[in-house]
Amino acid sequence: MRNVDIKMLKHVQHDGPLDRIIIMDFSYTETQDMIRETLSRFLADTYDFDSRNKMIASGSGRDPGIWKALAQDLGMLGASFSEEHGGLGGGHLENALIMEELGKVIAIEPYLQTVVLGGGTLKAVGGAIADAVIPEIIGGNVIIAFAYAEPQGRYNLANIRTTAKKDGAGYVLNGHKGVVYAAPWATHLLVSARTGGSGSEANGVSLFLIDANTAGIVRRDYPTVDGFQASEVYFENVAIPGDALLGDEGAGLPLIERIVDEATVAVCAEACGVTAKLHSGTLEYARQRNQFGQPISRFQVLQHRMVDMFMEVEQSKSMTTMATLKLDLPAAERMAAVSACKAKVSRAAKFVGQSAIQTHGGIGITQELAIGHFFKRATMIESQFGSADHHYERFERLTLAD
Amino acid sequence: MQLEFSPEEIAFQQEVRTFIAENYPENLRSVQDEGHDLSKEDFLSWHRILAKKGWIAPAWPVEYGGTGWTATQRFIWSEELAAADCVGTMPFGLSMVGPVIYTFGTPEQKARFLPGILSGDDWWCQGYSEPGAGSDLASLRTKAVRDGDDYVVNGQKTWTTMAQYADWGFFLVRTDSDAKAQEGISFLLIDMKTPGVTVRPIITLGGEHEVNEVWLEDVRVPVANRIYEENKGWTCAKFLLAHERTGIAAVARSKRGVEKIKSIARTEQDGDRPLIANPFFKRKISELEIDLTALEFTELRSLAGEAAGKGPGPESSLLKIKGSEIQQRITELALEAVGHYGAPYFRGFGEGDNEHPIGPDYAHRAAPTYFNTRKTTIYGGSNEIQRNIIAKMVLGI
Repeated sequence: MRNVDIKMLKHVQHDGPLDRIIIMDFSYTETQDMIRETLSRFLADTYDFDSRNKMIASGSGRDPGIWKALAQDLGMLGASFSEEHGGLGGGHLENALIMEELGKVIAIEPYLQTVVLGGGTLKAVGGAIADAVIPEIIGGNVIIAFAYAEPQGRYNLANIRTTAKKDGAGYVLNGHKGVVYAAPWATHLLVSARTGGSGSEANGVSLFLIDANTAGIVRRDYPTVDGFQASEVYFENVAIPGDALLGDEGAGLPLIERIVDEATVAVCAEACGVTAKLHSGTLEYARQRNQFGQPISRFQVLQHRMVDMFMEVEQSKSMTTMATLKLDLPAAERMAAVSACKAKVSRAAKFVGQSAIQTHGGIGITQELAIGHFFKRATMIESQFGSADHHYERFERLTLAD
Repeated sequence: MQLEFSPEEIAFQQEVRTFIAENYPENLRSVQDEGHDLSKEDFLSWHRILAKKGWIAPAWPVEYGGTGWTATQRFIWSEELAAADCVGTMPFGLSMVGPVIYTFGTPEQKARFLPGILSGDDWWCQGYSEPGAGSDLASLRTKAVRDGDDYVVNGQKTWTTMAQYADWGFFLVRTDSDAKAQEGISFLLIDMKTPGVTVRPIITLGGEHEVNEVWLEDVRVPVANRIYEENKGWTCAKFLLAHERTGIAAVARSKRGVEKIKSIARTEQDGDRPLIANPFFKRKISELEIDLTALEFTELRSLAGEAAGKGPGPESSLLKIKGSEIQQRITELALEAVGHYGAPYFRGFGEGDNEHPIGPDYAHRAAPTYFNTRKTTIYGGSNEIQRNIIAKMVLGI
């Protein structure tokens, strides 16, 4: 349902934050089509199941050559940045379609962390630091990991105990950040910390971009179940310069909420790729697996399950499109749209993943087949940046007042 | 891709909103608000106003009486109708047989039948299902035998919606008993006043008389009333089913339904709090609303595909499945929301009946509507049949 060039106007006049007059234009530009095709071809050549397994099993848990090629041969890392910074002038849509393609091969590249989160933050704050770092992201020289979650905070972005105490012109960081994806590979860490306030207070939250090798940063690295590398990151009296602060001191929460919303939609786009493959892989398997003297795809009970999977994948695409197009709306509308999207996509990821394994039968729960690895990534996406429950609740808070 | 405002389209929206506000029949509004069944005249009063304005068939080509609106304008129109809680126009003429006639009919057939559909002078019904041919529609047995310039039709149709009001019916009949199931069927237009046509009511769970049995005994139908070729009626039937499925998502109307649930849940008390503050009920509303958003954007993607030249394809079955499930969940939540007051059996006001019925207005039809709406996952090809269609046509299994 792409490459179409019409505008649909939608109007809802009632009271929810999803309601406003919009024109729906579902067409992709030629550049966007080119990005998708180029990336898809590159990944087909480089990211088959065996190659991916080898990358994960290697010393660093990745193939740095892929990232370099994405940056330098394909120009892919610049797709969502402005031309002034050396990019292609795109934005959220480019991030979404790249994430969807990465999802189709369950790529373990740090695109989400570096480009969507790191790059998104820098685009939002602008200024000298953006001018300095964005070209390095585009060139593939910088990998950013987002150190925001804490063991006690669950999905509450403001529940932060890590502190940044003013010290002369700079700050001193102390605290513990949990499950920081891509931290072992990172050149920079994007860190949320309290410069004031306590508990889950909105005020007093600040955001910093720091050198990952600063003295006092202690990491415990480990592989994740979905093939990435992550770390527990401990800050032990880490002295950082004053210009590491992004935005205004103590007023970082709205910025964090915004970039996490952008990242949430990006993982939903990734989920569209992952679940599409779970579905097509299941169809393919059911066509060739024979039982009771015929392909199991002939059994209506399995056909209907595969139709239900299809419908979940299609609705995930619809919701991701909806939310991607609403990322630049005012905060309350953006959040309601993103939560609606993530709630739906989280449940779809669970249903499609579990159904894929069930339809495969025993072979589905072995490491041998790619399908199980797609299932593992789908399962981690379910709760990444908030579970379905978390997002239903946020949606309700924003739209269903008493 | 983008989401933006267009001044022309906002002006159009304003125009249609004003038109509805100024022209929607006052008495129809009160009949709806009090929860009465709608009569034939109730439906027709609004139909005639739209016909006079020239807005009765926005989806038709201009040459046959359409409005020439863009897809966007048609979308605004349906949203505005739903937002203002207008009664729907009957689909049997406008959305079903009308498009079949202007697509497959002869010039004479078009000239004869289309004006009456537009004006509302002819009320249509659909003679498809039979007692022995439900999901397996192609097994239908109503027989039409050629006799000079007529067919003589014998058989029984069922689930014929609003046939009690119908002037005309479009029927699938078997004209070749030896052909394979789908190949011996023809599409006939039958004047419901023809001798031998008998309509008998079927009362459904909400107490409504919506559907009927139609008996056909030696009914003589001019061959001139056959649409398209003899034994090619299945082509018309498939065309019509695909059209029926796209409208069936009913997004705009369901949005209105969700708003009604919210308003009931803010009024109803659940102990010392409004029902909407009950976290379990609240979650059901949010799930419903989010699923409706997913349906809406799936329909928009599908409409965009259609505008780009792809007709309504088998993926419209997805819209039917999800749309009908959502319609049912809305009625389910409405019944749940009214609590005790789902139970009193509301029969409408009798003549000279001055007593207010039991319970709040929004409760009167909650249970009957819930019972009645079980039909949405059954009609138009049951949701199981829709899954078969997707499996075969989209997934290729």
